[in-house]
Amino acid sequence: MTKHDLRGLTRRQLLSRGLSAGTIAVVGTGFIAAPDAAWAVEVTTITPEQMATLLQMARDIYPHDQVADRFYAVAVKGYDSAEQKDFVAEGVAALDAAAKAAGFDSYVAAGWEEDRVKLLQSIETTPFFQTIRAGLVTGLYNQKEVWPIFGYQGESFSQGGYIERGFNDIDWL
Amino acid sequence: MVAKFDLNDDSVVVIIGTGAGGGVLANELAQKGVKVVALEAGGRYLPEDYINDEWESFGQLAWLDARTTSGSWRVHKDFATLPAWIVKAVGGTTTHWAGASIRFQEHEWKALTTYGAVEGANLLDWPIDAAEMAPWYEKAEDKLGVTRTGNRPGLPGNNNYLVFEKGAKALGYKEVHTGRMAIQSSDATGNRISCQQTGFCFQGCKWGAKWSAAYTDIPEGEATGNLEVRERSHVARILHNEAGKVTGVEYFDKDGNLQMQKARIVCVAGNSFESPRLLLNSASSMFPDGLANSSGMVGKNYMRHTTGSVYAIFDKPVRMWRGTTMAGIVQDEARHDPSRGFVGGYELETLSLGLPFMAAFLNPGGWGRGFTTALDHYENMAGMWIVGEDMPQLTNGVTLSDVKDQYGLPVANVNFDDHPNDIAMRNHAYKQGMAIYEAVGATRAFPTPPYPSTHNLGTNRMSEKAKDGVVNKWGQTHDIANLFVSDGSQFTTGAAENPTLTIVALAIRQADHIAREMSAGNI
Repeated sequence: MTKHDLRGLTRRQLLSRGLSAGTIAVVGTGFIAAPDAAWAVEVTTITPEQMATLLQMARDIYPHDQVADRFYAVAVKGYDSAEQKDFVAEGVAALDAAAKAAGFDSYVAAGWEEDRVKLLQSIETTPFFQTIRAGLVTGLYNQKEVWPIFGYQGESFSQGGYIERGFNDIDWL
Repeated sequence: MVAKFDLNDDSVVVIIGTGAGGGVLANELAQKGVKVVALEAGGRYLPEDYINDEWESFGQLAWLDARTTSGSWRVHKDFATLPAWIVKAVGGTTTHWAGASIRFQEHEWKALTTYGAVEGANLLDWPIDAAEMAPWYEKAEDKLGVTRTGNRPGLPGNNNYLVFEKGAKALGYKEVHTGRMAIQSSDATGNRISCQQTGFCFQGCKWGAKWSAAYTDIPEGEATGNLEVRERSHVARILHNEAGKVTGVEYFDKDGNLQMQKARIVCVAGNSFESPRLLLNSASSMFPDGLANSSGMVGKNYMRHTTGSVYAIFDKPVRMWRGTTMAGIVQDEARHDPSRGFVGGYELETLSLGLPFMAAFLNPGGWGRGFTTALDHYENMAGMWIVGEDMPQLTNGVTLSDVKDQYGLPVANVNFDDHPNDIAMRNHAYKQGMAIYEAVGATRAFPTPPYPSTHNLGTNRMSEKAKDGVVNKWGQTHDIANLFVSDGSQFTTGAAENPTLTIVALAIRQADHIAREMSAGNI
C-alpha cells in the first residue's frame, strides 16, 4: 500500500480533490480520509498516522473485502481520546518497529496483507493487539449498517417475526 | 392486591432469586396460602421491554456483576470475568433460556450405580428417581406448556432445523424432532400467544410465547396476595440464631441501604454461583466454613454440561436466525453407551446466533481470514449445540474471590477443568455434529468451543447422606432444617438434558413439601 503524505493540505482541499484509489486512507492535518473522500475521520488527540495505522490493523484483523473502509473507521475512531493517547502511540510505535526490523518502512507501508499479518502475529499477545482486536468484535460487527452486507436481518419483532416471512423457506434440501 | 410484608414479620418464607427455581417456588407457595417475600437482585423486565438486539439485550438482562475465574477451561482465557451467560432480572434466566424441556432419563438419576466409579469424578446417585419425579415432571410440563407432552403439538421446523433434520436422518438417527419446548405451539393448547418464529429467544420472548417466570409464575403468585417480590434487592448474608436455625436475611435494597428481613424459612435460589457464594459469605462463629457446609461440599462439584457448538457453511442460504432458536433435537446419542469411549450421553440441539454474537463466539480470540471467511458466509450457515452430562469433580466449583463487588462482598471465583470424560464426549459430539452437516453438503464445519455457561449445576448438591452433599431429597439443607436450596445447584449430577424442566419440577415438589411441613409444625 502506498501512503500519500498530504500533510499541509487543508481538509477542504483534500475532500474537494478526489484522489487516486488503491490506498486505504490519506492522512491530512487532523484527519484521515478515504482517497475518494467518501468518508473522513477527524483526529484531535492521536496523530493522523496513528489513526491510519489503527484502520489498517482493523482491516487486517477482520478482513471482509465486501465491507467498506468507513465501517472500519467507525470501529476505531474511539481511540482518538486523551485516555488512549499513550496506549495508541506506544502500540503503533512497537508495530512500526517490528515492521522496520522486517525491512518495511512502517506497518502500513507493507504492501501485502500477508506481510502485515505476520507483523500482527508478532505482537499478537500484547495488550495493544488484544485490546484493538477485542474492541473490533463489537465495534465492527455490532454496527447495524454492516449487518445487511452479511445478509443478517436483525430485529424482526416489529415485522411480526418470520412466521409469514420465510422461517422455513429453504428450497435446496 | 400485591402483598407487602413487614421486615419484622418472621412468619414469611424468604426466597432468594426468582428464576426457574425461586420464581416457581414463590408462586407455588403463594398458591397454597404461604406468605412469601422474594428478594431479586435484578430489575423487572417484561416482553414489551425485551430487545431484539443481542448486545443491547445482553446489557439489559445479563448478570454483569463481578465474578472471577480460574482453571484450564477456555472460558477462563476468553471470558475471564464472565463465567456464565445468565440473567439478573425478575424471572432470572427463564427470560433467556431457549425453552428446551426434557426429562432426565431413568438411569441418569443413578449415575454412580449406572456408570460405576469414574477416576477423578465425584459421582453420586440422586436420593430420588424417575418414578418419584414422574408426577412432578408432568406438573412442570403442564405449567410450562411443553410441546410434545400432554396434547400439545410440536413446533414447526425452521430453516436451521430442516438442514439439521435432513443430515441427522441421513446418518441414521431416529429420534429427531423439533423438541419438547416450553413455547406455545398452538392457540388451542395454552393461554400464551403461539410462537411467531421471530428468533431472539435468548433475548426474552417479546410475544410471551416462551414460558418465563417473569410473566407467568411471578404475577400469578402476586395475584394471590401472598407474594411480595422486592426487586433490585441483593442479599448479603443469611442470619441464624444460637440454636443454629436461620432467622432472616440481610440485603441491600434498591437504594443500596442494608435491610434485614426476618423469616421462618429461607430458600436459596440464586443459581449455582450465587447460592454457594451466599452460603459461604454467611459464615459465622458457629458456622465458620459457611452455612450448611458441615460436609465441605458447598461450592464443590460444579457442573456446566459438556457443551460446544457445531456451525457449518453450505453453498446456498440457510438463514438460521429466522424462527425459534433451539427447536430441534437429536436424542440418539443421549444414551449411556461406554463403547463410544465415555460414560453418559449428549443431546444435539439446533442453535443460532445473530451476526454480532457469532463474531464473538464462533472462535473467541480468532482473527484473520480463517475467521472472517466463515462470517462472510453467515447467511449460508447452520448451527447446533451440544449438551451432555459432565462429571462432577471436587476441584470444580465456587470459592470466595479476593475481588469484592459493589457492596464490598467477596465475589464468586469459578474454577473449572474438563474431566477426560468431558473431552472424549465433546470430541465425539463434534465429530457427529460435523457429520450431520457434511451429509447435507456442508463445505466447511466449525467445532466451536463452549460459551460462558448457561447450565450451572451442582454446587450445593443433593445427597442421601449428609457427608456427601449439602441438601437432602427435598432440597432441605442437611445441617439447618429451615434452610433450603431451590435452584440447579441442588443437582447431584447433571444428566444430558437441559436442566430447567427438572429445576421447575423440583421446585413444585419442594413447595409441596415445605407447605406440608409448615402445616405439621415441623419447620
